[in-house]
Amino acid sequence: MLLIPCPYCGPRSEEEFSYGNEAHIPRPKQPDKLDDAEWAEYVFMRSNTKGVFLERWMHAQGCRRWFNVARDTVSYEILAVYEIGAPRPELELRRDV
Amino acid sequence: MMARYSIFSLARNALSYHQDWPAAWRDPAPKPSYQVVIIGGGGHGLATAYYLAKEHGITDVAVIERGWLGGGNTGRNTTVVRSNYLWDESAALYDFALKIWEGLSQELNFNVMFSQRGVVNLAHNQHDLRELSRRINANRLNGVDSEFLTPAEIKRMIPIIDVRAGGRYPVLGASLQRRGGTARHDALAWGYARAADARGVDIIQECPVEGFRIENGRVLGVETAKGFIGAAKVAIAVAGHSSVMATLAGFRMPVTSVPLQALVSEPVKPALDTVVMSNAIHAYISQSDKGEFVIGAGADKYVGYGQRGSLPVTEETLAAVCELFPSLRRMRMMRQWGGIVDTCPDASPILGKTPIDGLYINCGWGTGGFKSTPGAGWVYAYTIAKDEPHELNAPFSLDRFRTGYLVDEHGAAAVAH
Ligand SMILES: Cc1cc2nc3c(=O)[nH]c(=O)nc-3n(C[C@H](O)[C@H](O)[C@H](O)COP(=O)(O)OP(=O)(O)OC[C@H]3O[C@@H](n4cnc5c(N)ncnc54)[C@H](O)[C@@H]3O)c2cc1C
Ligand SMILES: [Zn+2]
Repeated sequence: MLLIPCPYCGPRSEEEFSYGNEAHIPRPKQPDKLDDAEWAEYVFMRSNTKGVFLERWMHAQGCRRWFNVARDTVSYEILAVYEIGAPRPELELRRDV
Repeated sequence: MMARYSIFSLARNALSYHQDWPAAWRDPAPKPSYQVVIIGGGGHGLATAYYLAKEHGITDVAVIERGWLGGGNTGRNTTVVRSNYLWDESAALYDFALKIWEGLSQELNFNVMFSQRGVVNLAHNQHDLRELSRRINANRLNGVDSEFLTPAEIKRMIPIIDVRAGGRYPVLGASLQRRGGTARHDALAWGYARAADARGVDIIQECPVEGFRIENGRVLGVETAKGFIGAAKVAIAVAGHSSVMATLAGFRMPVTSVPLQALVSEPVKPALDTVVMSNAIHAYISQSDKGEFVIGAGADKYVGYGQRGSLPVTEETLAAVCELFPSLRRMRMMRQWGGIVDTCPDASPILGKTPIDGLYINCGWGTGGFKSTPGAGWVYAYTIAKDEPHELNAPFSLDRFRTGYLVDEHGAAAVAH
């Protein structure tokens, strides 16, 4: 069970949050210029990393704000929490096999 | 030659106190290269190896497993087998698998304990009812047996269920697939392993694949903990680790890996002789031959590779089970575990070619790929042998996420199986 440190409310149980999967996927600037493969990449393809994963969470039953989390998807340790729009944290983005 | 299992071999071996049974399969060192290397020794990988040998005469095959046979989702699942999926494409594939299940113990000379005890899917509200009726009709049009049960009929079949309208989860109706049921999870892996080994397939355990050798867009083999193994064709069947494999090979997947949980109770006398599932409350339950209640729970909502699952999911499922089956409230749970399921955006599998020549993938079964193992292995072997999909798996290409021809099975798959 995760104890997620909401940057606005402090540490809360995972049940209070909803999940937004992978972070740092920008919306295409010129959607009408995208071909089908590029749309598939944007809509469906995900890193699904085993290792350190950058992901979005929303404090649904609290402040209702979105933020980003760097989490180890093997040990489940939360390594960093940062605002939407902030740059990636300086972490080794480890990938396991 | 494989020693056949029979009543006579059982009696003969009883005389030596069952100490002299031959090993069910060999434990070979990997050869420098094979015609086909299959990554993943779960049910899907092993079935694929068996059908490559049996249907296509391709016996120069290795199955490479990082841990032990069936130690992934195959050995962790709740073994519900059914084929009552909504769309034509899925009904065809899952029912093809179900038909193989019906003769599998005889074919493999291994008791996979397939028990067609029926699968009941509950409806708790008007929406569920409409959805269920639609699915029953679609199933029938596809030749998949499916019938509607009223609450009174459900109660007659399942005396321990609470169908009172005032309950927390009122039961308004259900679908029943009588040909559905359960099987023995390990036996599926072991049966295929033994039969594949007998046809010359090398099964190599404790050997993680750590990379691919790819030149000019064509796969040449795999890098493993036991060194490089060359292969003209490589077939991935690693369930929750599919994205990891794809990343190593340099292409992208639409898959999310999450732990799906299950629990078993202490063993008690027979009280439930069918499978009861409820998509809405993420719980499904059957009773094993040993008497344990086997309870399938929900999946975590976030990416995870820890084979545990989170506590809120366990709690939610058990709360729902206690509401539906009040007499189970004091039952103690003996074990809880998780398996990493590879879920797809449309809750349908990916079974076919990849952007790399000679590299194939079978994944995305998510929460429900045990039932499909025989059929999926069969069509996957076909795809590998012919380098093109069979008509049964052609709709389940990786390319469908580009073309938009998704096969949306959320209603039939969801968390329940
Ligand atoms: C709790 C739970 C309940 C379920 N209930 C049902 C159910 O009731 N009915 C149903 O139909 N389905 C169910 N499923 C889903 C079903 O178990 C899976 O879809 C199915 O077993 C997948 O089989 P597989 O052979 O593809 O994968 P697995 O059995 O997971 O096999 C994949 C293998 O690949 C190996 N591997 C991974 N990485 C590597 C590597 N780098 N090198 C070598 N080997 C590697 C793994 O060790 C593993 O043994 C359930 C799953 C879970 C977890
Ligand atoms: Zn908050």
